[in-house]
Amino acid sequence: MGRVVLVTGAGRQLTARFIRRVQRDGDIDRLIAVDVQPPAHQLGSAEFIAADIRQPAIGRLLAEHHVDTVVHMDVNGTPIGPRGSRTSVKETNVIGTMQLLGACQKAPSVRRLVVKSSTNVYGSAPRDPAVFVESTVAKALPSGGFAKDAVEVEGYVRGFARRRPDVSVTVLRFANILGPTADTPLAEYFKLPVLPTVFGYDPRLQFVHEDDAVEVLALASGEPRRGSYSAGTFNIAGGGVLLLSQCARRLGRPTAPMLLPAIRWAGSALRAVGVTDFSPEQIRLLTHGRVVRTSQMREMLGFTPMFTTAEAFGDFAGSQPPGLLPPRTLAGAVDRLQEAVRHG
Amino acid sequence: MADAKVIPFDDDRRGAGGRTSGRAGRPAARRRARERGDGGLAPVGEVPGAAEGPGAPTGPETAEGATGGGTASAGTPGSSGEPPVLDRLLGEGWDARTARGLSFLRRRLTGEYEVDDFGYDAELTDAVLMSLVRPLYEKYFRVEVRGVENIPADGGALVVANHSGTLPWDGLMLQVAVHDHHPAERTLRLLAADLVFMLPVVNELARKAGHTLACAEDAERLLERGEVVGVMPEGFKGIGKPFSERYKLQRFGRGGFVSTALKAGAPIVPCSIVGAEEIYPMIGNSRTLARLLGFPYFPITPTFPLLGPLGAIPLPTKWTIQFGEPIPTDGYPQEAADDPMLMFNLTDQVRETIQHTLYKLLVQRRSVFF
Repeated sequence: MGRVVLVTGAGRQLTARFIRRVQRDGDIDRLIAVDVQPPAHQLGSAEFIAADIRQPAIGRLLAEHHVDTVVHMDVNGTPIGPRGSRTSVKETNVIGTMQLLGACQKAPSVRRLVVKSSTNVYGSAPRDPAVFVESTVAKALPSGGFAKDAVEVEGYVRGFARRRPDVSVTVLRFANILGPTADTPLAEYFKLPVLPTVFGYDPRLQFVHEDDAVEVLALASGEPRRGSYSAGTFNIAGGGVLLLSQCARRLGRPTAPMLLPAIRWAGSALRAVGVTDFSPEQIRLLTHGRVVRTSQMREMLGFTPMFTTAEAFGDFAGSQPPGLLPPRTLAGAVDRLQEAVRHG
Repeated sequence: MADAKVIPFDDDRRGAGGRTSGRAGRPAARRRARERGDGGLAPVGEVPGAAEGPGAPTGPETAEGATGGGTASAGTPGSSGEPPVLDRLLGEGWDARTARGLSFLRRRLTGEYEVDDFGYDAELTDAVLMSLVRPLYEKYFRVEVRGVENIPADGGALVVANHSGTLPWDGLMLQVAVHDHHPAERTLRLLAADLVFMLPVVNELARKAGHTLACAEDAERLLERGEVVGVMPEGFKGIGKPFSERYKLQRFGRGGFVSTALKAGAPIVPCSIVGAEEIYPMIGNSRTLARLLGFPYFPITPTFPLLGPLGAIPLPTKWTIQFGEPIPTDGYPQEAADDPMLMFNLTDQVRETIQHTLYKLLVQRRSVFF
């Protein structure tokens, strides 16, 4: 009997890529993609079923199709279109996860659950250790927004794992996903012509390339490889660290340092006109930064990302139009100065 | 680096194979500069290759790099053959230094440098931050370092020092001492209070200089990586104590540093700093103002609130930093890190060593200022 995989959040670009990726493996009998609205992206041969995971109907779906693997990717920080509201996203994150997990609990066929979470669960505070490990408990728990959703989602998942010990549960905490086609809030931020930064802070950031995100999801949703162990919670991030100032210079975009209260105000103003989603937790990230330890991912899960943080960022930067201060122009100017000094 | 007087020393040392000691020794920075391209103009030719992160380098740039490298090899003998006016004005080897400076500028402008997980920017620390503090270290406090070789040449070690002086200048001086004088050119990674990471600008500089939050997780991780970690367990109790209690060690927290060192098997190097106590004689502490501003103490010195910002100028005391014999911690069994009696004993041993060395140094000291 082949495997039946159900994927939630099919309307998202990353989910669509994941669906296309796992089809290539060929060991999946049926692939069921679920979302409220029909997806805008290609899903290959996957069956799309319009269903709302906030409704109990999802349980019937699981039982009807004898689903054995559930990949829950409908945990998101931002609404899908410009018209979506934050409230409905929160509802999908929290209520949706509750319903889905309830349905999984009643479906005896489910053997494996993979949840896409975020390193947002650690929060960002000056009192936290510099590097988070999976077992770190954040000093200041996120007070709202997506980070709080992610904390609650993980709480439900832990409860589910207790009640169904026979199901292999994998929680993947992704660092900021970046790449040529990524549509995350941080990618939107880096597309601004001038990057507003917090004066006096240079946060450490970590990225994971979208290709690596898709790969690790595919790895976790399949049978674990020999010698690896996929149940548990894993930080997923590319190796190394980039400072925000480094990112801005590599992108060639000037920064506009602002005082913290000013940037909060500017953030809400930008958000109101819909330029970018400058949420409070993103401001916190851009103030204190966040770095996670990925040894669990490498040793237990047996996954080695193809892109380091710097390479993932380089790939993203390469796909962007040059900024106002392209690094190549600056390097050229320094070289000309060098020439002038040598001959003068 | 622009100081023309140090150039002859510099050249001597380079010829002799580059050993340290001596006041002007900046071995780490120099070694790195040498690695980049032996003092010549080579760095410029090398950088375009390194700078290919954003926007894949195309024809013109690589071509420019190649011509840069070409003229570099042609230009060096030319400039050494004749004694041009610029050489006399700016000192010998000025062009090499300019080249190094410009390639540094280039890397900074394009963001092509690396920081570690803690945000430590080795290049910036060596080239800029250390040079900013060094005059204070060499000329102002005239720090005398003893026993720096007690820090092992490789592997993790925990330097435990006394803390004093109202503002944490002693930490910075300790960092310069290890950076400039350790024979193996080690860098000290200081553990700082959470207040440091809450203040804008300060937190940014602290992270770039390699400091991190004083918590067991960070300390363990650094020691595991084989770094030299510096800690001042007295914390605010030590730095914010009144002048009348100078050189009296305060309680060493809960001795968490000992269990961290034990877990990592890293030796503990006791360190005594004399001179920092007198830089801002704290004669009072305004608790009300401290509470209002959210600081652990608000110092009142003979000059501080009275002369405004001028009061922030420290007194030019003469400092001595003495590193003691390392106390090994690798002989204990695994579960020893949870044994409170052993923790207390070791903490006391470290504390006593530092206190006795302080008294010894104070007896030897001729005057506070000389």
